Amino acid sequence: MKTEALKQALDKYKFDMAFGGARRDEEKSRAKERVFSLRTPEHRWDAKNQRPEPWRLFNTRKKKGESFRVFPLSNWTEQDVWDYIAIENIPVVPLYFAAPRPIVKRDGALIMKDDERMELKPGESVETMMVRFRTLGCYPLTGAVESSAANLDDVIAEMRGSRVSERQGRVIDQDSGASMEEKKQEGYF
Amino acid sequence: MTSPTQARRLPDEADLAQRSAPAALEDETFAGPAPDTGADPVSDGAVVDPQGAMQPLVSPAASLLRFITCGSVDDGKSTLIGRLLFETNSVFDDQMDALKRDSKKFGTTGEDLDFALLVDGLSAEREQGITIDVAYRYFSTGNRAFIIADTPGHEQYTRNMATGASQAELAVILVDARKGILPQTRRHSFITSLVGIKSVIVAINKMDLVDYSQERFEEIKRGYEAILPALGFTDVTFIPVSAKAGDNIVTHSPKTPWYRGETLLERLETVEPETFDAGAEPFRLPVQWVNRPNLDFRGFSGSIVGGKVTKGDAIVALPSGGRSRVKGVHGPDGEVDSAEAGEAVTVTLADEIDVSRGDVLVSEAAAAGVSRSFSGDLLWMANRPLIQGGRLILKIASAQTPATLTTLDAAIDIHSYEAKPADALSMNEIGRVTLTAERPVVALPYGENRDLGAFILIDPVSNETVALGVVRSIGEAEAAKTEGSAEPRTGLARVADLWLGEAARGDEKHRQAKIRARIAGSVLVGLLALIFQMPLLLVPVLAILDFVLRPFLAVAFGADRLPEEKRLDPTVVDSGGGI
Ligand SMILES: Nc1nc2c(ncn2[C@@H]2O[C@H](COP(=O)(O)OP(=O)(O)OP(=O)(O)O)[C@@H](O)[C@H]2O)c(=O)[nH]1
Ligand SMILES: [Mg+2]
Repeated sequence: MKTEALKQALDKYKFDMAFGGARRDEEKSRAKERVFSLRTPEHRWDAKNQRPEPWRLFNTRKKKGESFRVFPLSNWTEQDVWDYIAIENIPVVPLYFAAPRPIVKRDGALIMKDDERMELKPGESVETMMVRFRTLGCYPLTGAVESSAANLDDVIAEMRGSRVSERQGRVIDQDSGASMEEKKQEGYF
Repeated sequence: MTSPTQARRLPDEADLAQRSAPAALEDETFAGPAPDTGADPVSDGAVVDPQGAMQPLVSPAASLLRFITCGSVDDGKSTLIGRLLFETNSVFDDQMDALKRDSKKFGTTGEDLDFALLVDGLSAEREQGITIDVAYRYFSTGNRAFIIADTPGHEQYTRNMATGASQAELAVILVDARKGILPQTRRHSFITSLVGIKSVIVAINKMDLVDYSQERFEEIKRGYEAILPALGFTDVTFIPVSAKAGDNIVTHSPKTPWYRGETLLERLETVEPETFDAGAEPFRLPVQWVNRPNLDFRGFSGSIVGGKVTKGDAIVALPSGGRSRVKGVHGPDGEVDSAEAGEAVTVTLADEIDVSRGDVLVSEAAAAGVSRSFSGDLLWMANRPLIQGGRLILKIASAQTPATLTTLDAAIDIHSYEAKPADALSMNEIGRVTLTAERPVVALPYGENRDLGAFILIDPVSNETVALGVVRSIGEAEAAKTEGSAEPRTGLARVADLWLGEAARGDEKHRQAKIRARIAGSVLVGLLALIFQMPLLLVPVLAILDFVLRPFLAVAFGADRLPEEKRLDPTVVDSGGGI
C-alpha cells in the first residue's frame, strides 16, 4: 500500500527523482540495485537490464515520464548508519530504542498493537514486552525484536553481536525468495 | 561497562513524542540539521534522551578492501563468496534458514548447501543458476572490512563485471581446475587490467574435482603466467581452493599438503593493493554544482579528486583558462583552511571568473589536459555495433558533452591480446578509439588520475550507457588550439562566425555545406530577378547582396541559432541534470 501511495504522488507531481535510503546490504535483490535506478513511466524496475555504473559515473539521462530512484547510501551497512548517527548526533525516532510495549505474537513476528487498527485473531493476546524496532516499515507488517537496548551505545553493541539480519522482522520479505524483487518491480523502493 | 546513560531513568514514550515535535516543525522550514539536545527547550533536566549522553563512537580505522570475483561462467565465483561469508560468520541465522530452504528448491549441489544462493538474489539468477548482475556484499573480520562485488561470468553480462572491476582494488580471478583458462578468463583478466587493478589472486577452484592434484595446479599456474606480461599486474598470487568443500578458503586444507602459501582469507586480510592516489598530485576539483544561495556567495562544489587546496592558492579554471585565487574552502562543518583528495568541499574564489558544472579547478602549477579529442580504450556494451563516426554523449568526471567516434583505431583480440584493425566493435569487445567532443573537455590519462581519466558513453537517443573506457592520451594539437580560443578572437573571425552560424564553427564539412547551400540560394534569387525582367546589371548585384546579407538577417531574428543549438546539445537537460 505504501507503494501505491508513492506511485500516485510521483505521477501527480511528475518528479524526476525520488531519493531513498535503501542499502545493498539489506536484502539480496537490493544488493543488485543501482545508485541511479531507472523506472519506466509505469514505475517498473527492470532488474536484468540495468545501466552499468562504473567508477562514480552516473548516467542521469531519462526520457519523459521515466524517473529515477536514487540511493545515495547504497554502499552503507547497517553498522555504518548507526555509527554515523552516533558521530553526528542525529535524532532518531524512539521506536528504535527498547521500551515496554504492547505486543501481539503473530506468525513468529512481534507486532505492536497500540491502537484499534489491528484486530486480534482468535487465540491472540496482547502482552507487554521489552522490545525495539531494528527496521521500520509498513504497519502492521514490521516486527519488533526483544531487546533491552534503550540507548545508542546499547543499540550499537546489540547490533554488533546480532545473529539475525536487519530485515528479519519484515513480514513482507518472507513470502518467497524473490518477494522483495517482485515488490520492487511493481514500484516499491 | 556502566555508562552514565544506564544509571538514569528510561524516557517514556510520551516524553519522547513531545520532544520530537519541535524538531518536526524545524524540518518544515528546513532550518538545517535538527538542534542539539542541549538547546532543546522541552528538556527539563529530568528527561533523558537516549542519545544525549552518548560518546562519539568512532570505530578504529580498520582498513577497507574492495575486491571482485571474476572468471568464466560456473567457475564458482558466487559459491566462493557465499563460502567466505559463511566461514567468517557473516551469514545471519535467518539468512541461513532461508539458504537451507532455497538450496532444496533451487540448489545445484544436491544435498549440500548451495552457497551461491547467498549472493544470486534475482529470481532469474536463482532459476538459471547463474549470476546476471553484480551483487555487493559487505563483511568484516577482526582485521579488515571488505566490500565484495560478485560479478557474472556469462559473456552477455560482461558490462556488469566491468562495472564491479572499476570500483575494486583487487580481483580474485577464478579458474575451474578441470577446464583451465577459458576465453572469458582472458577477457575478464584484460578488463581487470584495463581498469587499473594491479593486485590479483588467481584462485584455482574445484580442486576437489581433480583430486587436489598439484600437477594440475602447476599446469594452470604456468598457463596463466604466460599471459601475464600483457596484463601488467604487479602482484599475483595463486591459491588452490575448493569453494564448495571449503579448502584453503579460511583454513589450510589437509588435502593440499603441497601448498604452503596463504589461504584466500589470509591473503585478503594482509594484501596491500597498489593504491591509485599518487600522494603528490596537484589539486583538482571537478565542479559538480555552482552554489549560489544569495548574491554575496558564489561557491564551486564537488569532491576533490587530486591533491590539496589551501586558502590563497592560485588556481586555473579549465577549460576556460581563467585565473584566480582561492578565497575560502568550506567543508561539511564550515570553513576550513585546506582540504584534500576525497573530501567534498565548496571553494570560493577571489575573482568573478566564469566557472560552471563540468569545469575543473586545478592548481595553477599543473594545468590538466584540455582538448576536444583524446584517445582511449573502451569496452563496448550495446547490442548494436560501434562504428566510426558514431555520435554519442561523453561523460567524464562531472562534464557531459556530445562527442563523435572519429576513429576506431583497433580492436583487442581476446585470445592473443593483440590490437588488430577493425571496422566495428560488437558487444563486449574492447577497442582503441579516438573521440572528438563538441566542446573542449578536461581529461588526464587514467594512469595519472582515475577520476579525470575514466569515462562513459551514452546513446543520445536511447539514453543507455553503451561504453565505459579509460583515457590513454590527450590530443596535443587540440590542446594548443583551445588555449588560444580562450583569448578574444579577431573581429573578422567573429563576423565570419556570425555569418556561418554557431553550429559550423570548427567543423569544416558543415562549413562547406552551408556555403554551397547559400550559393544555391543566391543563384535562385538571381534567376527570380531574371524572370521578373529586372535590368541585367542588377541581377548579379542582387544575388551577391543576398549571399552576404541573408545570414545576418537570420541572426538578427534569431532564426539561425536557436533550433541548431537545441539539436546540437542533447546533453542539456532542463532539470534533474544530475550528479
Ligand atoms: N565440486 C565443486 N563444485 C563447485 C565448486 N565451486 C562451485 N561449484 C559448483 O559450480 C556451479 C557453479 O557455481 P557458481 O558459484 O554459481 O558459479 P559462478 O562462477 O558464480 O557462475 P556465474 O556467476 O554464472 O558465472 C555450482 O553448481 C557450484 O555448486 C567447487 O569448488 N567444487
Ligand atoms: Mg555467480
